[in-house]
Amino acid sequence: MKSDGDKVRKYLQYGLTGIAMVMGLSACGDNNDLSLSQNSIVYCSEGSPESFNPQTITSGTTIDATTNQLYDRLISFNPNDNSIAPGIAKSWHVTRDGKMITFYLRKDVHFHQTEYFTPTRTLNADDVIFSFNRILDTEHFYYPVSGGQYPFFQSVEFDQVVEQIEKINDYTIRFKLNHSDSSFLSNLATDFAVILSKEYAQKLALENHKRNIDIYPIGTGPYKLKEYHAGSLIRFYPHDKYWQGQVAIKQLIFDITPSNTGRLTKLLTNECDVIAYPIAHKKIGERSDLILEAETSFNIGYLGFNTQKPPFDNVLVRKAVAHAINKQAILDAVYFGQADIAKSIIPKASWAYDDSISDQEYSIPWAKSLLVQAGYKNGFTMDIWAMPVQRAYNPNALTMAKLIQVDLQKIGITANIVSYEWATFLRRVAQGEHQSVLLGWSADHPDPDNFFTPLLSCSSTITGSNRAFWCNQKFDELIQAALATNNINQRKKYYAKALAIVAEEVPLFPIAHSKRYQARNNRVKGKILNSFGGINFSKVSKK
Amino acid sequence: MLLFSLRRLNLLLFTILLLTLLSFSLSYLFPGDPLINITGRVLATPEQLEVLRQQYAFDQSVIEQYWSYLVHIANGDLGVSMSSHIAISTEVLSVMPATIELTITALIIAMFFGVPIGFIAAIKHKKTTDNIILAVAMLGYSIPVFWLGLLAILVFSIQLGWLPSAGQISLLYEIKYVTGIQLFDIMLSDSEYKWQAFQDASSHIILPACVIALAPATIFVRIARTAMMEVLESSYIRAANSKGLTFKQIIYRHAIRNASVKVVRHIGLQFANLVTIAMVTEMIFNWPGIGRWLIESIYQRDYTAIQGGLLILSSFIFIVHIITDFIYAALNPIARDTHYGS
Repeated sequence: MKSDGDKVRKYLQYGLTGIAMVMGLSACGDNNDLSLSQNSIVYCSEGSPESFNPQTITSGTTIDATTNQLYDRLISFNPNDNSIAPGIAKSWHVTRDGKMITFYLRKDVHFHQTEYFTPTRTLNADDVIFSFNRILDTEHFYYPVSGGQYPFFQSVEFDQVVEQIEKINDYTIRFKLNHSDSSFLSNLATDFAVILSKEYAQKLALENHKRNIDIYPIGTGPYKLKEYHAGSLIRFYPHDKYWQGQVAIKQLIFDITPSNTGRLTKLLTNECDVIAYPIAHKKIGERSDLILEAETSFNIGYLGFNTQKPPFDNVLVRKAVAHAINKQAILDAVYFGQADIAKSIIPKASWAYDDSISDQEYSIPWAKSLLVQAGYKNGFTMDIWAMPVQRAYNPNALTMAKLIQVDLQKIGITANIVSYEWATFLRRVAQGEHQSVLLGWSADHPDPDNFFTPLLSCSSTITGSNRAFWCNQKFDELIQAALATNNINQRKKYYAKALAIVAEEVPLFPIAHSKRYQARNNRVKGKILNSFGGINFSKVSKK
Repeated sequence: MLLFSLRRLNLLLFTILLLTLLSFSLSYLFPGDPLINITGRVLATPEQLEVLRQQYAFDQSVIEQYWSYLVHIANGDLGVSMSSHIAISTEVLSVMPATIELTITALIIAMFFGVPIGFIAAIKHKKTTDNIILAVAMLGYSIPVFWLGLLAILVFSIQLGWLPSAGQISLLYEIKYVTGIQLFDIMLSDSEYKWQAFQDASSHIILPACVIALAPATIFVRIARTAMMEVLESSYIRAANSKGLTFKQIIYRHAIRNASVKVVRHIGLQFANLVTIAMVTEMIFNWPGIGRWLIESIYQRDYTAIQGGLLILSSFIFIVHIITDFIYAALNPIARDTHYGS
């Protein structure tokens, strides 16, 4: 018989062997793990999507999770030069007067087959017409579903532009417009103009589950939805009949990690392959297996002058202030070097960008002499309104205002910083109570009109998005002329002239075009981040 | 034994009644309409609210309101979450197993290391080994858990890259929810990556479980040390010694067994402590348990969830206490004569 002592020792031995085994297993896990993780990509995103239908929202987080992953559009933007490229429509034709646009659809576009829907046909004109009529036709049986809100289309007054959508045959449709609008194609190529399945919608209507169209999405995109747990994860499977060819990975997972440090940790420990909006760029740069990517976004952060109020009704004063502000210092301190200097309101990536426009040179003597010319020899006191929230185009308006305050002190201007709670702030600025204001603008599509009209046109002084309250007839004529033509070279010339007027009049002082950042493990190949719109996982692969 | 059992059940009943009273009064103490706080129906229409008002007797006196609240609890209805609009009971049931899995693993780790080390310290009483063990135990007990958790992530996940930093399992593996205890669910699943998933899940649990285990382990060290010292000084050990048994024989055959009985009791008492530590740790390691769920409910001002979650969690801890008391009493007849619950 064995003694108790031996028994205890035996148990101890078993226990230790057990622990050693578990440890050993987890250590050698790396080798066996390859099969699944090698074929899957985990993307750490910053938040949960509000809906799975981009038609109904404007938030960037939702766009990232839906548009390019689940859906296709008639046309899209070429990521390299932001020109318009074919999508579901293989070609299109615009009549000379710009009022009729005919789209010729592809015949090989399949919808997703999922646990909740099996399509019986490929995409045709009915689906396209259904998708747009849902937005346009207030009587449409799907219009009120999910609240009847289509914010992007409502903001561009889509229903005013489109008169009718006609079905020519199963694979040809024609948009009839009320008036020519050269930003129309750009609007159709935005992330919001996705194509849904009419067959699925009819099935849901029969089952009386219409709302599910925006919750359990069916699209034609490279991935289909497998499961979604709010606040936790979104799991996508590849769409095996994707018309551009099946993607190279087996699973795409959005690991929803709102905390900045949480995302960074998961990147450093390889739990995430790609992360959104990384912090600690230096730390990421130190690691040879990680890549930090930046893409200039279509936005502008600016200091707007209220041109209706003294002293900024005087162009010399506006110029003096513009020359007195050290832009580079702001870029370093507020954007941490993560932005491009803005010379005009148009970012470099836009085709309307004009090289000939030079930056307002930072020069105190020049600014002083301008101020003397304007008759403010001893300077004056002014207010700078700084927005209270953080935006990509302006991560810290208060710091920016303080820097500007110090700069202006040098030419004898005393600046007071004013800030209100965001809603009050916007209301008061729209009423023109400010003298100068730090604000910004993010474009909805790469068409340059999306910068000109909302920021500086006469009509937008009334709607409230022109915070400089600057109205210049010549400028307005130029941007109207640019919209009425489809000739891009012609438009370029009009916009160059318009930009020259802005540079001469300085209704606002452009500061920066900020960048969007993303970090990834170098095993992940393929472009994800585009200068415009949501992220796109259709071209990724893993080594 | 009958008297003992009755006394304990009585205690259980009254404590839970008190807890419900506290939980009920919270709906009045939280800001907002008490009826909405108690039901969580923030989206209810005025008509639906009227129905709820009658169901919860909110048109009658507070006593009746409390009574109808008790009736709802007895039927398992704790209202719905204000943020997700899912029943609180469903939510708690889905997060509770993860916490149980984590705390039990931590408890096993704490016992596995704490008790033997405590015995060694007692055997080497007043020698350098004893002093070192006591000093380290003191240090381990004083380290705040949130700091230890972050430090563990920094060292083992980021610097060394040995173990993952967050979650219960890599999201790549699709494990069907059966029991909620991940390691069991993996065994029950028919995934082709079952074995990989099991390894992945075990590597995920090691770090948080060890962090939770540290504080209770140090307590076990001290309890085991005291228990062993008491046993070693008892007369039957001296008798065995004088009979000429070797030191090894005395320790293995007599001392360990008798000292272990004394330790068992404290394991149950450590459970409340363990759950508290687990709540913080779950937050740091993003573990999908009740602690993280409760803390997130606090962030979201989800009063119904806070109310229901606290009630369930405290009742759970209390029930575990009573059960360990019963087990201890069954093992040790002397305890049954103790008149006051401790």
